[in-house]
Amino acid sequence: MPLDRRKLEENFFKVLMIASTFIVVGSLLAVLILVILKGAPALSLSMLTQTPKGGYYLGKGGGILNAIVGSLYVAGGASTIAFVIGLPTALYLSEYAKRSKLASLTRQSLDILWSVPSIIYGVFGYIIMIYLGMRASLLGGIMALTLLELPIMIRAMDEVIKIVPLKLKEASYALGATRLETVLKVVSRQALPGILTAILLAFGRGIGDAASVLFTAGYTDSIPVSLFDPAATLPLAVFFQLGTPIPEVQQRAYASAVILLILVLSISIASRLLTRKFSKFVVR
Amino acid sequence: MNDMLKPRVIIQKLNVFYEGRQVLKDVTVNIPENQITAIIGPSGCGKTTLLKSLNRLVDLVDGVRFSGKVLVDGANIFDNGIDITEIRKRMGLISQTPNPLPMSIYDNVAYGPRIHGTKDREKLNQIVKQCLQAAGLWDEVMNRLGEPASKLSIGQQQRLCLARALAVKPEVLLCDEPTSALDPVSAEHIERQLATLKKDYTIVFVTHILRQAKRIADYVIFLYLGEVIEQGKAETFFTKPQDPRTQAYIEGKSITWTEVEKTEIDEAHTDKIS
Repeated sequence: MPLDRRKLEENFFKVLMIASTFIVVGSLLAVLILVILKGAPALSLSMLTQTPKGGYYLGKGGGILNAIVGSLYVAGGASTIAFVIGLPTALYLSEYAKRSKLASLTRQSLDILWSVPSIIYGVFGYIIMIYLGMRASLLGGIMALTLLELPIMIRAMDEVIKIVPLKLKEASYALGATRLETVLKVVSRQALPGILTAILLAFGRGIGDAASVLFTAGYTDSIPVSLFDPAATLPLAVFFQLGTPIPEVQQRAYASAVILLILVLSISIASRLLTRKFSKFVVR
Repeated sequence: MNDMLKPRVIIQKLNVFYEGRQVLKDVTVNIPENQITAIIGPSGCGKTTLLKSLNRLVDLVDGVRFSGKVLVDGANIFDNGIDITEIRKRMGLISQTPNPLPMSIYDNVAYGPRIHGTKDREKLNQIVKQCLQAAGLWDEVMNRLGEPASKLSIGQQQRLCLARALAVKPEVLLCDEPTSALDPVSAEHIERQLATLKKDYTIVFVTHILRQAKRIADYVIFLYLGEVIEQGKAETFFTKPQDPRTQAYIEGKSITWTEVEKTEIDEAHTDKIS
């Protein structure tokens, strides 16, 4: 009975696929629920508004404002620099170099850079800093994180710029526009929602990364006031707090994790909303 | 051939190759001033390439090569050192499918004047209004100029593209089957606008729809496999064609072409606008 067997196959694989999907969605929920359940009790307003009190970063009092602000500084700075370098690169790749050897070499390099573990960027930054005689600082952290974010941002932008329809560019050229005018006024405009998504994607990756900032940004209880001050970051706050044997401090690590999670989630949601808002003029 | 008509664009021995494949062969034609010239012929015969050679949009194709001359006011637009943006400004293009830019209705029309240096708001307002009126769209959009152009219907979008082309004050309007994506009513609208515009512009109109060419053309160029088979004033072209291939094409008969092309000719006859 070949038909029965085929039916059975069909059903078996259907169940398999559904089960796999459930595992994926379930893991997301499990992570969210577990972290929030553990962290929520220790979460308080002072966690968000104060710097640590009572002992070097293992303090039981105060909050982790130092790490929140530090993370925003480091990831914000890195994303800004990565954007400033990344957008021209992406535009060059997709609108000028296109399918040339240089372009494919650059794309390959970016793909490799994307897969380089972030600790390598941390080590690289550390070596450079020693060479320059710098100590762990906000600037160092920003530099290391920029390296981490660049390939993510450029490749994501490259993909969205590449799919801008030729007919839009033709329309611009046919009116006597130069290549630069076409790229800046038409191509970037059409790709704007995708470009924003690329920025937020890179920012999200950056703010959550611990390894690249471990040696480069360092850690501190205070909020950095200059680029040359060390800066605390949320992933490291979680790492250090969880590493202590003191239960109260460990509890605060969970709370820090919740804050980081909320930050990343709000970026993800903001990215969706912004994309929708800026899609208004996009031609489909 | 067209001794009565003053030529606006003179094309001499134009050859165009894509990656070594010859698309246009020794095309020599005159485009008469202030007339509607229809370029007809089956799909793939080089109509669009000929049209896009006139504003050098063929340059965008990878691996394109050309020889010959396209003279506008005595200057060959294929000369090195010619300002391509200036050529394109003088040769407005309306594409096969409407291609509004990702911006508002107003900004679509103002795009051209802006890149060519018009910054004054008053002046831009005036241009936008005039051009939308000339394209027969003003009344429909005057109260929503800030809305995305992509919100307009396809027919409105095509008239917007016409307005956008007019905004840079071109001398020639190149229309690449501008009604092929439109419903009959919108198509008729475009045809009517073009008929009124010909007193101020030289119009080149690519179409594979014979009835349409008969309706609007003053002058006809028949292209087949990249070659000009016949050209002449519309009356003579349609009533007394010289070349047997023209005659066959006009009558929808197949003599030399393959099955595929014949189907296209049949399609051309089941013209949407009757």
